Amino acid sequence: MILALLRRDLAQFFPFTGSGAALPTVFFVAVAMLFPFAVGPDVNLLAKTGGGVVWIAALLAAILPLEKLVARDIALGFFDQLKLRGATEEAMMAVRLLAHWLSFGPPLLLATFPAAALLKIEGESFSILLLGLLAGTPGLAAIGLMIAALTASLRAGAALSGLLLIPLALPILIFGAGALARQDPVSLGFVGAISLGLVAIAPFAAGAAIRAAREN
Amino acid sequence: MQAPPNPGLFLAADNLACRRGDRLLFRKLSFRLEAGAACHVTGANGAGKTTLLRALAGLRTPYAGTVERKGALDLVDERTGLDPDLPLGKALAFWAKIDLDSPMMFEAYCERLGLNNLLEVPVRYLSTGQKKRAALARMMIWGADIWLLDEPLSGLDTASQALVSELVREHCSYYGIALIASHQPLDVPGMTSFAIEDYAPTETEEEA
Repeated sequence: MILALLRRDLAQFFPFTGSGAALPTVFFVAVAMLFPFAVGPDVNLLAKTGGGVVWIAALLAAILPLEKLVARDIALGFFDQLKLRGATEEAMMAVRLLAHWLSFGPPLLLATFPAAALLKIEGESFSILLLGLLAGTPGLAAIGLMIAALTASLRAGAALSGLLLIPLALPILIFGAGALARQDPVSLGFVGAISLGLVAIAPFAAGAAIRAAREN
Repeated sequence: MQAPPNPGLFLAADNLACRRGDRLLFRKLSFRLEAGAACHVTGANGAGKTTLLRALAGLRTPYAGTVERKGALDLVDERTGLDPDLPLGKALAFWAKIDLDSPMMFEAYCERLGLNNLLEVPVRYLSTGQKKRAALARMMIWGADIWLLDEPLSGLDTASQALVSELVREHCSYYGIALIASHQPLDVPGMTSFAIEDYAPTETEEEA
């Protein structure tokens, strides 16, 4: 059942097969393209600020598909049917987390190559950026899933999502973007650790959230 | 339906009470359905039929009382669980992959519910009645022991309504259990029924 579910979730969220799911990656590249136009073609400035911009773009790309992530399947009764067949909410959310990350993480890492070229991020900075994103995107996916599940049953969910995102995403951003500014690969260990922690709690937090959403 | 007769099946509620928001919908509701039993729940809109079914399905925590059952339980309500963007055939095939071993039966059920011409149509383009039939097909594909049907007749034409009664009759003759919440009558011999309003709290209780 887990495999069938993963295949279905992937088909829903994956770029080009799902409905408009390539958007996060396109959005990510668009930010990287527009940024040099906004601040001017100063190579030093770009190299200095570019990493932070890439991180912010990655964060926003991770939360773009939030509305479709959980609320849609609650309204559909999809989770109810899985529950009747004996699946736990935690398992459903763990599968969804994996599908969510696969749908935007690897495409984003690929898109980092053109984005870094546009922002003049080269050499060691680039490898720190790429490794940082590799370590950080699972955490961003976990944050996205938790927020999506928590706000799924609320009418003003979208507005609240943004507010919830800020405190949750700060640690990853501080260490991820900070590693770039200080040229310090050690911080990446922290990014990975925070990411793993978030990935570990996300299925439980999101599972509890969709259970609670049923009681309305 | 292919499941071997399993006479140990039952679905029982004991002293069940459910709330929606601040309002107590019903209380002291007890019943026990044995294998082969069908039961019709009646009640006005908002009386708590859907809440009762969801509590029986374990999708909602009762305010008081317990639900016990032996056997797999399936619920058909207005949420089909079928992906709106997928063609009906593929949406049903997802559940068939989880629930069913043989693709032969899949086709037989679709034909029985008159869905064969609709398998290429995306679920979101289906009419209310067609969606309902699709949900019933999903239920037939699984063939769970206990059926909870929430308004299975709404939106269906006369022929399909007769088909629902026929499916319930067959299900019960194979020792299945069916609990149906509906405003319309069903043609199922031996079906018991109760009105959920009989278990509504009195005014004094409501204040307490």
